[in-house]
Amino acid sequence: MTEPMLSVRNLHVSFPTRQGVFEAVRGVSFDLGRERLGVVGESGSGKSMTGRAILGLVRPPGQVRADRMDLGGQSILNLPERGMRKIRGSRISMVMQDPKFSLNPVMTIGDQIIEAYRLHAGGGKAAARKKALEMLKAVQIRDPERVMDAYPHEVSGGMGQRIMIAMMLAPDPEILIADEPTSALDVSVRTEVLNIMDRLVRDRGMGLIFISHDLNLVAQFCDRVLIMYAGRVVETLAAQDLHNARHPYTQGLLNSLPRLDAPVDRLPVLQRQENWRSDPLIDQGLETELPKGV
Amino acid sequence: MLNVENLDVWFGFPPDRVDAVKQVSFTVAQGESFGLVGESGSGKSTILRAIAGLIDSWSGRVDVAGQAVHGSHRDRAFYKTVQMVFQDPYASLHPRHSVDAVLHEALKLQGMDNIDRRINQLLDDVGLGRGFRFRYPHQLSGGQRQRVAIARALAGNPRLLLLDEPTSALDVSVQAEILNLLTDLRREHGLTYVMVSHDLAVVGHMCDRLAVMQHGQIVEVMEVDALRRGAGQQDYTRHLIRASAGYERA
Repeated sequence: MTEPMLSVRNLHVSFPTRQGVFEAVRGVSFDLGRERLGVVGESGSGKSMTGRAILGLVRPPGQVRADRMDLGGQSILNLPERGMRKIRGSRISMVMQDPKFSLNPVMTIGDQIIEAYRLHAGGGKAAARKKALEMLKAVQIRDPERVMDAYPHEVSGGMGQRIMIAMMLAPDPEILIADEPTSALDVSVRTEVLNIMDRLVRDRGMGLIFISHDLNLVAQFCDRVLIMYAGRVVETLAAQDLHNARHPYTQGLLNSLPRLDAPVDRLPVLQRQENWRSDPLIDQGLETELPKGV
Repeated sequence: MLNVENLDVWFGFPPDRVDAVKQVSFTVAQGESFGLVGESGSGKSTILRAIAGLIDSWSGRVDVAGQAVHGSHRDRAFYKTVQMVFQDPYASLHPRHSVDAVLHEALKLQGMDNIDRRINQLLDDVGLGRGFRFRYPHQLSGGQRQRVAIARALAGNPRLLLLDEPTSALDVSVQAEILNLLTDLRREHGLTYVMVSHDLAVVGHMCDRLAVMQHGQIVEVMEVDALRRGAGQQDYTRHLIRASAGYERA
């Protein structure tokens, strides 16, 4: 087995509230190799917080604790802001859900990509511009020269998301965290965006953490899936085994989806059990071990 | 129940005029559940808004329960017949009105008597229970809010519900609960639904017939069986069905 790129053990994210400490993430452990790792769960399950904690984006008074959070053997847990900035963007990047809120509305797209690239890679403006055009082409934007001079409101949602990906990938990060990257997109654009990310994982050997609420999509797109419930990973599966999930929560989620090929009169409704929050995990080993050959 | 003929909807004025809906015609029978599917910008929600009287820049003919409607003015009888449920239950409820106030107002506007008893009845109908009556929206989950929005729509005993992506802001397990609720309500109250969704599986579950839309036009109207078989007449329909099925590695 190769060394994992990212190794997380017993991650906790907590927020003090008036009613006491709220634990958004409660002891999450996983290793990431050169693979597509899906993180699935409902809203409030802690999946986005896990992604944000890795990048040091949990704002005070939120607190991040872990036994270990290593990137290529080096600890990145609670690094000071200066150190974190060296990692953010250049080694680990993040694509957020909605391009409308993550692009700067008063700056042209070209200037934003150029700025992001020069911040990490340095170099002259002309070289950065060339790189930006190249990246836009890499994410299948047909008319990159025009898009470079456009403002975010002048492009569609799908294009905005591809631009975000282009911007995040310009510094050639080792790991990309994609937080619901396709939830705001139409299905036909979704396929394109996924293809782009898929190619990047295969061609560049990038590690991808794909956070999503869409179980079926994750099963089809990723290699491995973590299923989160109430801040914990309740089950880890190879993606092709998702339909043999053993945890009742995973099974319940799958069953509650309407299916075109299996019509039912009423949909089965998920009956939540209190013990899902605290029971021992189904298979402790699966949680952290990288599958063979990764 | 609903008859739409040659509906055009536009926004703005030339040269910036955008034709959001072009020459759309369809009919929904009493008791039927009809779906409108398509990608964002295809005009599916705009059709509902034009029917409900939320847009006045439209032309064509719209008959609801045999009565033609015009412009954006709707009389009381219309709102008694037709009600709408919106996509985002976080935006469609007034944050400072309690559930009681929301339902009280809706019932009063519908000219109902026995308001106290009816509020309890509505809460029972949507499976919330009376304990929720004096809560505020921020004390409710997304699914509970959508139940309140549905209860409000049911206040005047409507016959036609316009459902604009009623579950797309909800988690899948909550979506299942709301879809089951809508199925039960249709059966119990003999309602007619027009449901807009981008999710083909949801429309396949809820509807008898559906119209596939693209660029403001109806590409084709199909039976739900054809949707299940993936048997669209048009290339675009088949493309949409395939893309909705999920991701195939290129």
